[in-house]
Amino acid sequence: MAIASENNVQPDVMAKAIKEAVFAGVVAFCMFLLFVGIETYQDINNQLVWRTRWGLLAVFVAVAVVGRFVTVAFIKPHLDKRKLAKAKTGVLDISEEKSFFHKHFLKIALVFLLCYPFLAMMIFGRQGSLKYVDNFGIQILIYVMLAWGLNIVVGLAGLLDLGYVAFYAVGAYSYALLSSYFGFSFWLLLPMAGILAALWGVILGFPVLRLRGDYLAIVTLAFGEIIRLVLINWTDVTRGTFGISGIAKASFFGIWSFDVGAANNFNKAWGLPSSSVYYKMFLFYIILALCMLTAYVTIRLRRMPIGRAWEALREDEIACRSLGINTVATKLTAFATGAMFGGFAGSFFAARQGFVSPESFVFLESAVILAIVVLGGMGSLTGIAIAAVVMVGGTELLREMEFLKHVFGPDFTPELYRMLLFGLAMIIVMLFKPRGFVGTREPTAFLKERKAVSGSFTKEGHG
Amino acid sequence: MATGTTTMAKDTILKVEHLSMKFGGLMAINDFSFEAKRGEITALIGPNGAGKTTVFNCITGFYKPTMGMLTLNRSNGKEFLLERLRDFEINKVAGVSRTFQNIRLFSGLTVLENLLVAQHNVLMKASGFTILGLLGLPTYKNAAKAAIEKAEYWLEKADLTDRADDPAGDLSYGAQRRLEIARAMCTGPELLCLDEPAAGLNPKESLTLNALLRGIRDEGTSLLLIEHDMSVVMEISDHVVVLEYGQKISDGTPDHVKNDPKVIAAYLGVEDDEVEEIEEKLDKGIIEEGTV
Amino acid sequence: MEYFIQQLANGLTLGSIYGLVAIGYTMVYGIIGMINFAHGDIFMLGGFAALIVFLILTTFFAGIPVALALLVMLIVAMLMTGLWNWTIERIAYRPLRGSFRLAPLITAIGMSIVLSNFIQVTQGPRNKPIPPLVTEVYHIGNITISLKQILIVVITSILLFAFWYIVNKTPLGRAQRATEQDRKMAALLGVDVDKTISITFIMGAALAAVAGSMYLMYYGVASFNDGFIPGVKAFTAAVLGGIGSLPGAVLGGLLIGLIESLWSAYFSIAYKDVATFAILAIVLIFKPTGILGRPEVEKV
Repeated sequence: MAIASENNVQPDVMAKAIKEAVFAGVVAFCMFLLFVGIETYQDINNQLVWRTRWGLLAVFVAVAVVGRFVTVAFIKPHLDKRKLAKAKTGVLDISEEKSFFHKHFLKIALVFLLCYPFLAMMIFGRQGSLKYVDNFGIQILIYVMLAWGLNIVVGLAGLLDLGYVAFYAVGAYSYALLSSYFGFSFWLLLPMAGILAALWGVILGFPVLRLRGDYLAIVTLAFGEIIRLVLINWTDVTRGTFGISGIAKASFFGIWSFDVGAANNFNKAWGLPSSSVYYKMFLFYIILALCMLTAYVTIRLRRMPIGRAWEALREDEIACRSLGINTVATKLTAFATGAMFGGFAGSFFAARQGFVSPESFVFLESAVILAIVVLGGMGSLTGIAIAAVVMVGGTELLREMEFLKHVFGPDFTPELYRMLLFGLAMIIVMLFKPRGFVGTREPTAFLKERKAVSGSFTKEGHG
Repeated sequence: MATGTTTMAKDTILKVEHLSMKFGGLMAINDFSFEAKRGEITALIGPNGAGKTTVFNCITGFYKPTMGMLTLNRSNGKEFLLERLRDFEINKVAGVSRTFQNIRLFSGLTVLENLLVAQHNVLMKASGFTILGLLGLPTYKNAAKAAIEKAEYWLEKADLTDRADDPAGDLSYGAQRRLEIARAMCTGPELLCLDEPAAGLNPKESLTLNALLRGIRDEGTSLLLIEHDMSVVMEISDHVVVLEYGQKISDGTPDHVKNDPKVIAAYLGVEDDEVEEIEEKLDKGIIEEGTV
Repeated sequence: MEYFIQQLANGLTLGSIYGLVAIGYTMVYGIIGMINFAHGDIFMLGGFAALIVFLILTTFFAGIPVALALLVMLIVAMLMTGLWNWTIERIAYRPLRGSFRLAPLITAIGMSIVLSNFIQVTQGPRNKPIPPLVTEVYHIGNITISLKQILIVVITSILLFAFWYIVNKTPLGRAQRATEQDRKMAALLGVDVDKTISITFIMGAALAAVAGSMYLMYYGVASFNDGFIPGVKAFTAAVLGGIGSLPGAVLGGLLIGLIESLWSAYFSIAYKDVATFAILAIVLIFKPTGILGRPEVEKV
């Protein structure tokens, strides 16, 4: 009977698919007619003129038609069938036995990270590895750290913070200003930047933590923008949009310097050829250590009353109050702790770049960090790290796609599509995994066995 | 916080005096006074919309009363004016804990974690406000162990030991009710306020609940409960207060209240003159007490 | 005094534009409780649609009357962005309706990134200037008021009235309000919830398109990242007025326009946005649900 009904359904599905595909084509044609079909550009007189691009428009429409047809005719029935089969056999995904790789994932990842700079150097040579250590390694780890910091606020305490980048900026400018004006060293300023950022977290957090949900979100966004605008406009101190350059490098714990001219230059002291790769490797290990610190503190805090109170706050604020938990203080600690890690990351960022400007602290950064937290699965450190690797590493990879020039012609600049693809990836991941890569929650205490809590039970907070 | 000594009888745990609560133009509670005795189960009953939950919310700090005084008398002799405390202090300082009509559990946390969150303030102190705990000092480790033991005790009492590691949201309705009570008890309250604990329970679950509540009372915690289910109220309460349209209409032992014509009228919805009629009939012995 | 009135007029013009965009935020928030972060970029799309239509019109119908040209620009822009927002809701928001609250927020942010970068890729990253459309200027004493300012305020007022009429007097508006109150119940009572939400998105986009076209007319330039700042301002306006409240959105928009122009006039241009955001924060601290927002009753 199942076969018979399938045969009956088939022509219907095809007819439906064709109808939907045509509809999608018409919609796509109308949508892209102006924006793709017509190109505006300035001629030599600087006058705005236009020309048509029917070929490109046709490509867009064709993609929409074919995409819709394939989705309706093949992908959707296939997914439905799989779901049905699963329901019939009663096999659930969760009962799968974990593989060796799965079980020891964290250890393997850590070992890999520790060896990573040396592996890169072995494979790509000294200069060749620069890119891999810096653009991939350090860049991704900065985002991992920021996302783990924001995770405390959003993932654990359930407070929607859209201005997290403000604390990153506070950390970066603290280091930049205090090091250029007073000549303090990186190792002194790193904790100071964290403390200053936490302080700002408390100052900004205190008046607004009474607000709930989206009101909190917009006010945090506003604070993020205020800090950026002040950095732009307070030119006497911050040099405005020019930014602060020539920021001192981090030293090897004060023993060796990485400045080329310095007497105690690290490379000279160790008899290494002069190359910036060693400094980058050093930075890689610093940010790795900072990430580990963030992870360690987060894991420890979750098992402490304060961490549990954060999660309880995310689940039900009213119940928290009835249990004698000071919700304002609890929210404030979450805000300050998150801000502190943002400050650490910021001061590291300033030391690594040697240059800070308000450009680096736009809302988009906050959005990207928040996206990484949500895409990873709120509260899950592993998930967030995976999301950071996929999203940041993926878009960095685009810069490397030189071969695409051979496909699309020499004018093709893959970088232009970086953010476009980033946005698309955000949408697609959310559509397929609304709970993020890791949707389950690890309990912080157990009596008999540690069972992961399914994402369908956890709430996302409303404060 | 602690106020001067008033002449409150030692055995009174909660004294509500002239409580009034206004929402806009509506007088939800109007000059309501009653006392709850230590070591007793006091029930607050009344028809729908009588203002029972409002009274509860005033006592537990979710509403600030428009007028009135709510005095809580702790066993160590300290007195607190509940309307002057901040919301979370009512539990933390005054030792009043509560449950909710629509159960409010931390559904994404496990049953055990729910009970640990309830011991927040004790653990917070033991962890030196997190700092000592982060360093892994033994004081916190011992406190954490004691907290788990306390949780285990209440899990046992609430018959939830088997479900300790499951998410709270996964429990059945009756088990969620019991967990909420266990969680409230983990804060170590002197007065436990229950908002319709038997709502939605089947008769068997209702019986288990009665046993649990009696057990709690016998261990020395006073209870104040709102209840619709008359069988529960009559079965377990020592003292019943009846509220209608924000005013007290009866106060006394279950037997007294059961036969109070005003209560009967309030529940059956008869006119005022009919109340007098019933009273007359009762006096004349035409109807037996307790049959209405 | 004259200076003040001049600034008032400028502020009112800017405020009208913010108000129109803010309505889109507030409507979507009211009906599905989601911050539609891509709405600012819908506004930008509207501006670009108007710009391209303008270019086509001036090529093929060189002598076309300005009023007609404007009308065509507005209508095409409204249809175009309406279609875009409909599609966006269908693809990126509807599948996530009723799931995790942050998921649609993230897709909305993603959509915002996609839209601005899509325009950057297809139309180029440079600013697109157009010759001024409406140049008439009126002088009253020392106060200068341009025709385009008057046009903006008049068109906004007409749209607001039409909009008010739709929401309060038509079956569609009733369906919208019902869906806003209780989506499940509305569905049970025969309201086509999906359709109502779609129409809400289309209406919000149409208003944003008008705002985008007028922004283009007012400043004479369009850019792919025009969506962000006005978008955030309009969102701020919606929250300031009390998100979910339509009069609140307009009021918030006007307030923000006025704060901006008056602050620039009397204090410093550099800190005008700081002032806007600071006032938002202060208002929310004292009135946590905005000026006209319904106070949130904590259900225990």
